[in-house]
Amino acid sequence: MKNGKLLSGIAEAVRASGLRDGMTVSFHHHLRNGDYVLNMVLEAAAQQGIRDLTVNASSLFDTHLPLLGHIENGVVTGIETDYMSGALGAHISRGALKKPVVFRSHGGRPHDIVRGASPIDVAFIAAPTSDPMGNCTGKTGPSACGSLGYAFADALHAKTVVVVTDNLVPYPLQDWSIDETHVDYVVKVDQIGDPAGIVSGTTKITRDPVGLVMADTAARVIAASGLLKEGFSFQTGAGGASLAAARYLKDIMLREKIRGSFGLGGITGYMVDMLNEGCFETLLDVQCFDLKAVQSIRENPRHREISAMHYASPGARSAVVDSLDVVILGATEIDLDFNVNVHTDSQGRIMGGSGGHSDTAAGAKLAMIIAPLSRARLPIVTEHVTCVSTPGETIDVLVTQKGVAVNPRQKELAQRLRDAGLPVCGIDELKARAEAMTGVPRPIARGDRPVAEVLYRDGSHLDTIYNTL
Amino acid sequence: MRRSMLFLPGNTPNILINGDALGADALIFDLEDAVSPDEKDSARILVRSAVSALGYAGCEIIVRINAVDTPYWREDLREIVPLKPSLIMPPKTSCAQDVLTVDAAIAGLEDELGMQRGTVRLIPLIETALGVENAYQIASACPRVAAIFLGGEDLTADLRCKRTREGAEIAYARSRMVCAARAAGVDVYDTPFTDVNDDEGLVLDAKTAKSLGFTGKAAISPRHVPGINEVFSPSLAEINYAYEVLEAIRLAKEQGRGAVALRGKMIDAPIVARARQTIEAAEQLGLGGDRA
Repeated sequence: MKNGKLLSGIAEAVRASGLRDGMTVSFHHHLRNGDYVLNMVLEAAAQQGIRDLTVNASSLFDTHLPLLGHIENGVVTGIETDYMSGALGAHISRGALKKPVVFRSHGGRPHDIVRGASPIDVAFIAAPTSDPMGNCTGKTGPSACGSLGYAFADALHAKTVVVVTDNLVPYPLQDWSIDETHVDYVVKVDQIGDPAGIVSGTTKITRDPVGLVMADTAARVIAASGLLKEGFSFQTGAGGASLAAARYLKDIMLREKIRGSFGLGGITGYMVDMLNEGCFETLLDVQCFDLKAVQSIRENPRHREISAMHYASPGARSAVVDSLDVVILGATEIDLDFNVNVHTDSQGRIMGGSGGHSDTAAGAKLAMIIAPLSRARLPIVTEHVTCVSTPGETIDVLVTQKGVAVNPRQKELAQRLRDAGLPVCGIDELKARAEAMTGVPRPIARGDRPVAEVLYRDGSHLDTIYNTL
Repeated sequence: MRRSMLFLPGNTPNILINGDALGADALIFDLEDAVSPDEKDSARILVRSAVSALGYAGCEIIVRINAVDTPYWREDLREIVPLKPSLIMPPKTSCAQDVLTVDAAIAGLEDELGMQRGTVRLIPLIETALGVENAYQIASACPRVAAIFLGGEDLTADLRCKRTREGAEIAYARSRMVCAARAAGVDVYDTPFTDVNDDEGLVLDAKTAKSLGFTGKAAISPRHVPGINEVFSPSLAEINYAYEVLEAIRLAKEQGRGAVALRGKMIDAPIVARARQTIEAAEQLGLGGDRA
């Protein structure tokens, strides 16, 4: 039996993988802000004198701030990602990287990897449990993260695949997510991440009264849309108001005895409760957000792991988002054409990214934005968003605490909501109401140097983010 | 229709700007207990600006001023009366004279501002043992009084007992207040339920108040507003019953019968009056029964 896959450490893995100057190295983000693997690999690459790498990570968090040092010393010269958290984003916005960051969506990333538009030389796959041949999973082990959905495209299409684990188990691991046929090397390390940063203990529903008002309205919009019936499918985020909307929706579904087909997305314990209480037949899980979701995907066969391609790729023959009824999404800004910004903050600094925002908005029959009318004295509804993350033509309704605006393309929906007694008004009225409270903010001062290019899920160019001053 | 009255601290802009989004029928802008002495002037200015700039469409505006034994209440009135709030709430009202003092001051301001006398009405807050004993005199002190409101927290301090979830300690005060208000022909509002995290306790407390005859209930947390609104809205069964009562009366009149029975029970004038009130409330709230 040949057993040449198991290597002694990250440095040896970097050497064995053939990583050299100018290559693209990829990572998934299932370990979220607890991830150690990206930093370990880049440190080893730096020590081996490798330069000019492009990092393609499905998301980047503040735990990856050492990236900045690698950018400074020339180890990293390119970044491609679907999401970037605030501290890292602020540096990138100030122009830390010469080449603009390429932002994709969670569906667009695997689409571009699969079709060769975004080739990956070496994929380092953090795996909470693996056997020596690389059959691996996120469902078990001390660093368990649940689904490994975002790692599949990398595992299947990178030229070289290295599995990095801190829980090596005897061959064969039975319940694998990624199988050995795709894996070149396996490395055992002490820890792939900090469990406290990987998943939160519990995801809490907001107690903020304004958030609860919006959540209640959101649930009533869904109930009035005509989509809430047998076989209903649903995705919501882990944000406070989105989760509270799920709570109100659950109440309606249980009261009216409506059994949905599936819950989708990044899965929280709250969606697990909805599964267990009979609101859905199944959960389709590309990413687990908390410990309850991790336990559920491990133990409940009706809670299924799906790949990012299956979740949202526009190049797939079909993806789950194409069968989705309702998605609840957030926004840092939304404009009069319903274009949504989830990339930058009110100062134009990068502090997020599409994730699955534009994918689910494009696929779902009802794409709902839930956002307060103002945040930190700034209106959320603007003339033009600072960055178009999701095109307005795919957004159907905006729910705020002071009214509901329906995209003029959805005349029937607007009438249904009015008939149900919901406070429907024009998005321009919401803008006026917000500005009555906050005034009209001064335009953001920005430079003329592109720091990021935002690609739509089909690979087309959506917008450019410029440097902050 | 005033089922819920939500207290908003007069010195917190973030809460004030969202007051009209919280589902309450009436908002009580508080210049008294929620505001420390050194912030009284800024709270007055903030409330004045919020009410005049934001309007709070769909919500009745009530302002709780400082008590007549403080140096603040006259300045509160001077700032607030020009806004023409629906109601002014003088706290710690213990006798009719307390009401008349505020009434005279408001009348003076109304004259000064060219407003019609009686534009601004009163909802005295009764929160002392003496106030409870004088509840009828307070409720009938002058035509400006539109309602009275029980404050359970200060009252129990005055009674030297503890406030409890069940509320046995304020049972007498509640009944006395309802009786006094109804005798004077004004509305009556129940004290807030103070445990913000006890949704079940809130509903039980509101149901108790409704069963005693209170018109509605105050809330110190927006989280309590939906529960109060639900309890103080007529239920579908109540609306349907009210329509049945009126229909039975109509049929009896048509047939020239004097005595009317519905489901084996006699319908008398108070039942008919109650049915009319229920339907009126349902219509105001846009609630339809089977015959609506």
